[in-house]
Amino acid sequence: MIEGTSSIEGLKDKVGVEWGAGVYEVEKGMIRRFVQAIDDPNPLWQDEEYAGKSEYGGIIAPPTFVVTLGLEQIGQVLASVPSVTVLHGSTELECYQPIMVGDTVTVTTKIAAIRERQGKMGRTAFLTFDFAYENQRQELIARCRQMIICY
Amino acid sequence: MSQQFYYEDVEVGSEIAPLVKQTTTRQLVMWAGASGDYNPIHYDKDFAQSKGLPGVIVPGQLVGCFLGQLMTDWLGEQGRLRRLTCSYRGMNFPGQTLTCQGKVTKKYIEDGEHYIELSLWVENEKGEKTVSGRATVTVPSRGAA
Repeated sequence: MIEGTSSIEGLKDKVGVEWGAGVYEVEKGMIRRFVQAIDDPNPLWQDEEYAGKSEYGGIIAPPTFVVTLGLEQIGQVLASVPSVTVLHGSTELECYQPIMVGDTVTVTTKIAAIRERQGKMGRTAFLTFDFAYENQRQELIARCRQMIICY
Repeated sequence: MSQQFYYEDVEVGSEIAPLVKQTTTRQLVMWAGASGDYNPIHYDKDFAQSKGLPGVIVPGQLVGCFLGQLMTDWLGEQGRLRRLTCSYRGMNFPGQTLTCQGKVTKKYIEDGEHYIELSLWVENEKGEKTVSGRATVTVPSRGAA
């Protein structure tokens, strides 16, 4: 976690500085809570017998599950800037390998860029967060770029 | 789950089966817990209104995950989602019915893999496109089967 600051201006010093966003041991319950929230009944995500017979040989997480790992870091960084409204602008996800139950995922993140412009809501900042996710074999399994809008 | 299709079955310009989602405030609470995104604009109406919003709004990332489901429902077990991009253009509110849709824009073979690209979008009941996106997927080929 990077140190909090009281303004977007203060975050500019942190651009490009990578930090560990957490180590997650993926168990069935995490995946179940995720797919129940989305309401995605695909048996590959929950049914051990079905998933065991699939080419994956066991339960896997849906490809979008990985974006939730370390996602709270964005809120934690911006919680230190209490006066702003935070909206989500965009997501770019690249998936290289599925996550299996029992995998340990290590997340690193950084603020890749901050740009600002004068908008209809006053000064608006666009923050780009880059996430990289590795499994327990140090294989890169996914990358995600999240663009966050603050005003 | 749909039956597995192959690269050869896919035509550029064709649309895939839509996925319809009925959003609820309960779902937003479940999502907050599952995702770790505790931004109060997604569950605290007073807070949301203090920020000038009409009420709590559906997290963009949740709708992005609906598009992920649209892809995995369509892809079947042998297809893989390689890339998904979502742009959250308009706000969605709990209680709305959101229809997730996709259209094939391109297909090509590279390094022995069979790629399909799609344009994706989410519409509310008024037909407004609140989220747009793109996906790149790989699917099995009859030739390789």
